[in-house]
Amino acid sequence: MIGIIDYGSGNVQAIATIYKNLNINYQVITKPENLGKADKLILPGVGAFDATMQQLIDSGLKDKLNELVLGKKVPILGICVGLQVMGYKSDEGDLLGLGWIPGKVSRFDETKIKFKPKLPHMGWNTINDVQNHKLFEGIDNDFGFYFVHSFYFECEKEENILATSNYGGEFTSSIYANHIFGTQFHPEKSHGNGVQLFKNFADLKLC
Amino acid sequence: MLRSRIIPCLLIQNKGLVKTVNFKDPKYVGDPINAVKIFNEKEVDELMVLDIDATRENRGPNLEMIKNLADECRMPFCYGGGITTVEQAVKIISLGAEKVALSYSALNNISLCQEIGVIIGNQSVVVVIDVKKKKLFGGYDIYTHNGTKKSNWKLNDLISKLEEIGIGEIVINSIDNDGLMQGYDLPLVEAIREKCSMPITVIGGAGSIQHIKDLISKFKTIGAAAGSLFVFKGKYKAVLISYPNREERKPIY
Repeated sequence: MIGIIDYGSGNVQAIATIYKNLNINYQVITKPENLGKADKLILPGVGAFDATMQQLIDSGLKDKLNELVLGKKVPILGICVGLQVMGYKSDEGDLLGLGWIPGKVSRFDETKIKFKPKLPHMGWNTINDVQNHKLFEGIDNDFGFYFVHSFYFECEKEENILATSNYGGEFTSSIYANHIFGTQFHPEKSHGNGVQLFKNFADLKLC
Repeated sequence: MLRSRIIPCLLIQNKGLVKTVNFKDPKYVGDPINAVKIFNEKEVDELMVLDIDATRENRGPNLEMIKNLADECRMPFCYGGGITTVEQAVKIISLGAEKVALSYSALNNISLCQEIGVIIGNQSVVVVIDVKKKKLFGGYDIYTHNGTKKSNWKLNDLISKLEEIGIGEIVINSIDNDGLMQGYDLPLVEAIREKCSMPITVIGGAGSIQHIKDLISKFKTIGAAAGSLFVFKGKYKAVLISYPNREERKPIY
C-alpha cells in the first residue's frame, strides 16, 4: 500500500486520484502511528521550507518518518518542498531539514538567469534522467514536468542526482539515495508523465 | 528548456462557467468539472479559475467547489476570487491548488501577499491586475470588483511594489480586449515586461492560436491565457471546448 502523507500541505488528493485511477492500493495518512502500515510513502509539498518542517515536527511525523525511512528503509518519494526538506537546510528558512540526502537548498542565482521572467522558475520544463533509473521509465523527457519554485536542491554528491533540468544553468530536479527519492517538479500536476512516474514508484522493487 | 504556458481561464458565476465581453454580458458555457475533465484529456499546461462574483458579492471563496476542481485537475491549477485572509489562501493550497490569485484584497493591503507567501511560499502568490485604457491621456487605470471599481493604484507603482515584495506571478487582464478575440494588447505587456522580472501571464483578447504565437514569439517565456478561444467555436460562438494537442503546441512554444 502506498501511504500518501497528509500534513496539511496540498496536492494529497491529486495524488490519491491518480493512484485510484491506476487501481493501485493507497491510503491518505494523517497520523504518525499509521505511517507504519504503508509499504511505500509519498511526502507531498506545496509551501515554504520552515512552514513545512514546523508542521512535520508539530504533528510528530518527523520522528516517525526518521524511524521508518532511516531505520526500516521504507521507500519514500518527496515532492517539491517534500524533496527540499530531505536536505540539511535551506536558504528559505532557519529550521533544519531531515538531512536524509547530503545537500542544502539554495535560491537560484538571478544574475545567471539572462532573460525575463527570472524567478520563480515556473512552468513546464524538460528533464534529463542522468541515471537512467526505473523511476523515469516510459517518460517523455521532452514533454517534461511542471515546476514552480525559486529554490533548488544542491547535492553534495553527484551519485545522489537522479535528474537535472536547465534554468539559467543546470540544476538538480530529482534526487535519490537507494530507497529515498525526491522530485523538485510536481508529477501530480504533470499529466501522463506524472501518472507514469507514480506508477513506476509503486512498481519499484528495492532491496 | 522552460516553455511558455498556454492557459485556459475559466470564469465562474453561480457555480457555472461563463464567458464575458469587456467584463460584461456573461454567457453560460457549461459545467466547470466537465470542462476540467476535458482539459485533462487535452493535457493543458495550466488552468486558471476565477470566481468573478465573490469579491463583488463580498463573500469568500467557495471551498467545496475548489476542492472538487482540484481533485479532478491533473494540471497545475490557480484559483482566484474572494480571497481576503491568509487562512483562506492556506486552505485553498491544502485543497490542492498550486497558486492563489488575489486582486482587490492585495491592492487594498499589499502586505497580505507577503503574509500569505510566508506560509505557502511566494512562488504560489499571484496578483491579477484588471486594466482599462484611460480615455484621454493614454496609460491605464486599474479596476477591481469585476471591472466596476477604479483603484487608486498607478500601474507602474503597483508593478514595482509587487516586484519588490516578490510574488510568484502577475496576471495582466485587459478589460478593453476581453472577449473580443482580436489579439492581446502587446504594448501593454511590453511596458510591464520592461518594468519587472517576475513571470507574467496575459489575458484578454486571444482569438486564435496565431495571437498566442505572436505573444510568445515576442516575449519568449510567458503565460498566454485565454477564455473565449478555448470555449467557443466559429463566428456564432457555439460552445465547444478545444485546446491544441501536444504536436500542435510544439511550433507555438
